[in-house]
Amino acid sequence: MEKGLTHYIWTHTRPQQLWILLVVALSMIPYFLSFDLPKQIVNGPIQGQGFEGEAARQLFMRIEFALPYFGDVVFFPGIELNRLQMLIALSLVFLALVVVNGLFKLYINTYKGRLGERLLRRIRFELVDRVLRFPPSQFKRIKGAEIASMIKDEVEPMGGFTGDAFVAPALLGGQAATALFFIFVQNIWLGMIAGLIVAVQAVLIPRMRRRLLVLGRERQLTARELAGRVSEIVEGINTIHAYDTSNFERADIAARLGRIFKIRYDLYQWKFLVKFINNFLASVTPFLFYSIGGYLALQGRLDIGQLVAVIAAYKDLPGPLKELIDWDQARQDVQVKYNQVVEQFKVDSLIDPALQKLSTEEAAPLAGALAVANLTLSDDSGAHTVEHISVQFPRGEYAAIIGGAAAGGDALAEAIGRSVWPESGRIALGDTDLFEIPESVTGRRITYVSSDAYFFYGSLSDNLLYGLKHAPMREPEYEDAHASFRKWEISEARMAGNPDHDIESDWIDYEAAGATGPEDLFAQVVAVLDSVYLTKDILELALRSSVDPLTHEELTTHIVKLRHTFREELDKAGLSNLVVPFEPDRYNIEATVGENLLFGTAIGEQLVGRAIGRNRYFRDVVGRSGLDRMLYEMGYEIAENAVELFAGLPPDHPFFQQLTFMTPDDIPMYQQLLQKLKGKDFDETTDDDKHRIIRLSFAYIEPRHRFGLLTDELMKTIVEVRREFHEGLPETLKGAIDRYDPHSYMASASLMDNVLFGRVSHRHADGPERVRTMVIALLSEPGLYNQVLSIGLEFNLGAGGRRLTQVQRQKLNLARALLRRSDYYIFNRPLPALDARTQEQICRNVLTLVRENNDKESSIIWVLTNTTLTDLFDRVLIFDKGRLVGDGKHAELADNATFRELVS
Amino acid sequence: MLLKDEVQMLRRVPLFSGVDPTKLKLLAFTSDRVHYAAGEILFRQGDNGDAAYVILTGRADILVEAPGGQIKVAEVENNSIVGEIAILCDVSRTATVKASTNLEALRISKEHFLKLLTDFPEMTIEIMRELAGRLSRTTMELTDERARARKPD
Repeated sequence: MEKGLTHYIWTHTRPQQLWILLVVALSMIPYFLSFDLPKQIVNGPIQGQGFEGEAARQLFMRIEFALPYFGDVVFFPGIELNRLQMLIALSLVFLALVVVNGLFKLYINTYKGRLGERLLRRIRFELVDRVLRFPPSQFKRIKGAEIASMIKDEVEPMGGFTGDAFVAPALLGGQAATALFFIFVQNIWLGMIAGLIVAVQAVLIPRMRRRLLVLGRERQLTARELAGRVSEIVEGINTIHAYDTSNFERADIAARLGRIFKIRYDLYQWKFLVKFINNFLASVTPFLFYSIGGYLALQGRLDIGQLVAVIAAYKDLPGPLKELIDWDQARQDVQVKYNQVVEQFKVDSLIDPALQKLSTEEAAPLAGALAVANLTLSDDSGAHTVEHISVQFPRGEYAAIIGGAAAGGDALAEAIGRSVWPESGRIALGDTDLFEIPESVTGRRITYVSSDAYFFYGSLSDNLLYGLKHAPMREPEYEDAHASFRKWEISEARMAGNPDHDIESDWIDYEAAGATGPEDLFAQVVAVLDSVYLTKDILELALRSSVDPLTHEELTTHIVKLRHTFREELDKAGLSNLVVPFEPDRYNIEATVGENLLFGTAIGEQLVGRAIGRNRYFRDVVGRSGLDRMLYEMGYEIAENAVELFAGLPPDHPFFQQLTFMTPDDIPMYQQLLQKLKGKDFDETTDDDKHRIIRLSFAYIEPRHRFGLLTDELMKTIVEVRREFHEGLPETLKGAIDRYDPHSYMASASLMDNVLFGRVSHRHADGPERVRTMVIALLSEPGLYNQVLSIGLEFNLGAGGRRLTQVQRQKLNLARALLRRSDYYIFNRPLPALDARTQEQICRNVLTLVRENNDKESSIIWVLTNTTLTDLFDRVLIFDKGRLVGDGKHAELADNATFRELVS
Repeated sequence: MLLKDEVQMLRRVPLFSGVDPTKLKLLAFTSDRVHYAAGEILFRQGDNGDAAYVILTGRADILVEAPGGQIKVAEVENNSIVGEIAILCDVSRTATVKASTNLEALRISKEHFLKLLTDFPEMTIEIMRELAGRLSRTTMELTDERARARKPD
């Protein structure tokens, strides 16, 4: 990137800058005309100059020039107008000039704004582009949030400055020079005074501002560090909690904020001091004019008219001058910021852009074998992790690497995976150095997996297919309206030096996954998920997610049908009472009183949470049958029981987990409430108190809480009120409740709940577990299975994939790699979080899958965590202390000392 | 069966006889009430112990895996507690417990059980007494066995 910001701006926006300068120059013509016009209006039609006599007329808009050789040329003969007509005509011209000036201003500002935004886009893109080309070691030194804050915030003012970079000094400088020149013409001495003050301002102020710039730079650095620290806190939150260091972090943040405050406060103090001096200098000039000019006038060396003209002209000088000084301030400010940012992004050994060139062509299979020659790698401290290793990995060979922790095998794998660069020696594919082959080859024909899986925010399937998105493979087809938008996007991207690849294209390289298109990709995905044992996890994710029946009509209708099958299965297994189904005219003993009453899920804000207690219709229905009184009495007893049981327990006592209808903090409140309500009749209590008591009854489940409060009469009344509630439901509430309907899918409930359509009995030990197994078995029927699985694949992984467990993340990481057809698979201890038995099974599955998918051409290099699996591989490499100490078939290694040590 | 009936039954369990009824009610409330049909397994030998069971009604067999197959070593019936050893000393289950009739039990999770012991010393003493009794019985049996083994020579 260019060294100076001005240089950068000039390089990238030269034609536009020249154009806008031209436009500004043009705009000066109507601008000055509009200055002159008021004088003409006042002197002419209003005061009557040239309109002496009743019928006096003048020519309007006569355009006539005296040209050499041609003599007088009349371009427009003019129209004869009388005094009033002339007034109106000139006023209209004035109006027209106002409009023209306004339009010029509009055009110039818009143009400058656009220019600035384009440049901003260019800078930001260039910075991110550089991040993508940083060598791997660079990422050990930088903090993500600091880079982000530079790209997002610190370059922002550069966009604003771009438009004014050249226009402002030209315009403002011109104005100031004109005013100064005018003063000089009036009186040379006064001109010199004005010139002197301007010179003092021009020299002194920027000098004083130097300190401002230093402070500004400090402010920028501290703010950037703050961003870095905040993101560290977010990322390390578990460590902070685990070691009770939150107050250490608080102190650190407070100290940083204190430093930022001090810098900013210093900054303000200086800024206003500079402002004060600047203003003082500007106002001291008229003082000199009055005193010296007045003295000269008294002495008769200056006439009064000149003095007045000078003072009038001086009014126009400080404005542009001040703006010019401000502009200079802004220039230095963004220059500092620019240098700061460029400094951070100036990294030696950036990856050559040619290596990352986009390629839509299918990468041809690698020609030669992977050869490591005399390779030495070192870590950040300079210690060698691998020393002088030379080894060849022929095509089609499955090699295992074993060794103790940090024995060197993992470092070698990292180097082949290009996440570490060699210190000396080289890794070559055929005859070419690995680091000179474009990423479109190495990143497709070689698949590297390590244990630290990174996932991007998005769905599971987005992440699973991530390894296939190398290039826009199929351009989307746009309708007319969108097509023109796309054209605009392309031209705008080009003008800002951005690439114009369409993110809406289909980026998935189906061939690379062994498929021909979106249709048969799914089979590959399932095979891969099965081999890493992730399918069950994904099915369970699907069971817990809710599905929109509008977009998944086929699935949801199928699920509704499945309810019946599920009941049959239960009956067959003799477990009919494991799940109590919802029936419109029956009380469901395993569901809460609230669920029984509403017989649906409240989804509209009129009925959700506390709002239902205030809903007029609901209260009406419940009050009519006297149910409110019954529920009140029930709630009262629940409160009594809860208070009796839990009063006196500390709030963090584990028993509170069982108390589903209250929080520990509610206990004292209910204790008081019970005393207050003791002996009072239902009618005597306030609405608020009723609400608090009745609320408790809503969460009550008899088999779980076992207070013995649910009488047959109460159940009958609740079912009766349920019927009334749904029958008379007003239009406005129709959308606010998702009713339990045996024949339709409930959008607000999870897939699992939709299959069950009831509640799992609390009385069966391991009830939920058994039910889940049965439901998964049911959903595994062909046709349905894929649909359910694809619902699970829609699961959003959250930031960094944190919504998955570590085991799931490592499995997914491996699955993502296996989906790609590659010539070399490098597995660098991909599954350390799994137990040894599962690791072993997955390893076997993976070897089989790779063999099936890639015939005999693919090679595997697997850094194993233990030695039990070495017999599955063609060749075993043993590393110890950075050196290769054994290399051969599994059978030959029995007498290798290191191998024996590892085995024992 | 209601909470208050459960409390009555718990009071008949020797372990809990000295504990205040309101605390027993709390224990009952925070425990899961579970039902097993005859032949169903409460827990298996070798599993991780996560809960103790108080049998309210019904009977269960205590089975131990032996090289020749399962051996029934004891039978428990209502008002007894099973599975407490595994949660007291963090070992896996030492035996399998299988319901021999329809069985109602209270399932007390490990966390709650340990909390109870720290909150109510009288319960802890009761547990100690029970365990000491068992130990002395086992010791006695062992002494007898040794004596019998020595006799032939």
